[in-house]
Amino acid sequence: MKAQVIVMPKKTVLDPQGVAVRDAIHHHGVPAVKAVRVGKFIELELDGTQTEAQLHEVCRDLLSNPVIEDYELRIEA
Amino acid sequence: MKAAVIRFPGSNCDQDCVLALRDFGVETDFVWHKDESVAGYDIIALPGGFSYGDYLRCGAIARFSPIMPAIKQAAAAGTLVLGICNGFQILCEAGLLPGALIRNRDLHFRCEHLHVRVENVANPFLHTAKTGELLRIPIAHGEGSYTADAATLAELNRTGRVLLRYADSAGAALDAANPNGSAENIAGICNAARNVFGLMPHPERACDPRLGSIDGRVIFESILSTLGARLAA
Repeated sequence: MKAQVIVMPKKTVLDPQGVAVRDAIHHHGVPAVKAVRVGKFIELELDGTQTEAQLHEVCRDLLSNPVIEDYELRIEA
Repeated sequence: MKAAVIRFPGSNCDQDCVLALRDFGVETDFVWHKDESVAGYDIIALPGGFSYGDYLRCGAIARFSPIMPAIKQAAAAGTLVLGICNGFQILCEAGLLPGALIRNRDLHFRCEHLHVRVENVANPFLHTAKTGELLRIPIAHGEGSYTADAATLAELNRTGRVLLRYADSAGAALDAANPNGSAENIAGICNAARNVFGLMPHPERACDPRLGSIDGRVIFESILSTLGARLAA
């Protein structure tokens, strides 16, 4: 059993990494890319004894910082 | 008067902090992050460095170190807590200070002497300085861009909790003097009770004339004067 966590910088928070990557893509010859935001993809392997609430707690307290980031939790059966 | 300098795996300014404090005559101990007590210490310093290799986010894992509940308890009881650079990041992650520190806007690791302006002296960390005084203190960080929502920034300003701002040599906190993109040029803030101070510049590296500046001394002198008065009372 696996869970996937996607952590993204909040829309209101500056993402200088995303801007640099967008510029590099333009330099690469693809001006169609208007904006880039860089986040994290975290995969959790589970033994099945956890609750969904526990996973949300981990996402909120450790894997993301709610001041600057949003997360999305996907649990695979 | 006793000081604790907390060592996390990856701290690398712990020696500098201990040397600076001992040069001021303060009995100072290294305290390992797996210890669970800070009893008996009057000042707790969280030094700079790269705790846990900055994995996940700066300070995100150090925040859960076994020593942290004791530090939170001491802070709630009024003990002075000073977080420098990575220490500032840890204090924000731990919720002892509001906001967060993100990647410098130019993505560069900035290591240089620059000026910070003293914004407020009604606190234990700067009360021997003057409001508006310029301090030349080095920074050394890649993720020092202070960010917080508009309500938090307004609250910090309203309550005089922005203690330091990046400024040019004339004392103007202009965008050109902002090394990392911090909101409103913020370089250091304190908590509502004014006993927890986090700052990105390194005052411990500006205490010995051989290092090019002694402007960091005023922070340690203020702390010592606060604690001296407390101990005498």
